[in-house]
Amino acid sequence: MAEPMKIRATMAGDVADIKVLMNHPMETGQRKDAKTGKLVPALFIQEVVATLNGTPVMTANFGTGISKNPYLGFKVKGAKAGDKINVSWVDSAGDKNSADAVIS
Amino acid sequence: MNTLRRNVLKGASSASAVAMAVAAGLLKPTLVLAAWNKPAFESKSMDEAMKGLGAGAAVDSKSITIKAPDIAENGAVVPVEVTSTLPNTTNISIFAEKNGTPLVGSYSLSNGAPGFVSTRIKMGTTSLVRAVVTAGGKTYTAAKEVKVTIGGCGG
Repeated sequence: MAEPMKIRATMAGDVADIKVLMNHPMETGQRKDAKTGKLVPALFIQEVVATLNGTPVMTANFGTGISKNPYLGFKVKGAKAGDKINVSWVDSAGDKNSADAVIS
Repeated sequence: MNTLRRNVLKGASSASAVAMAVAAGLLKPTLVLAAWNKPAFESKSMDEAMKGLGAGAAVDSKSITIKAPDIAENGAVVPVEVTSTLPNTTNISIFAEKNGTPLVGSYSLSNGAPGFVSTRIKMGTTSLVRAVVTAGGKTYTAAKEVKVTIGGCGG
């Protein structure tokens, strides 16, 4: 499950614009497997934590209504180029992933 | 991997203590610590989901903007952007009212993150997309209808 996560962090004026693309199937638990006709068990990201230089700026809780391969965009005021952004997530099976990016 | 997560959690709890002090108890600990809110996410109705979040009666606000398509051809991927210009916006939650479980995502913002989140959601059918914003301890809301041609739940 440790597929790469993409983070793009750029400054727009005094606000850093952070865009994150996570790789995750986000199964709702309601979809049927086309071959077996059985329900595919739910598997989705539950918690996402974003930090700026180690200080949390955003924590998100996801339900099953977030699309597959979730996209997440947010902004941080008072950040500057060179600051470090870390984004990590945990899914309903306890799998986790994390990635770093430097604001440019 | 484990130690990294531990550090992240450590950072989260110490900073939340600061945030709590700053907001002088205005923030609910559940919002700050962001433990996954099972009752709210599994609620089948808007009312229950709102209650699960601990959000009281929400007031309509023109300071919340929802950017979403009027017509979404594919309900599996509906881009939604919520901007809140309310001061001290601490939480933005997104609901798709007619989804089986209306609560889609809940975003807690702190330490200089302005009231803006952008995401992509699944919608089962044409419905209102509702944003519920907590700012300065009060709850505000706004909604926008999105018409869905092909549903994105189940299938």
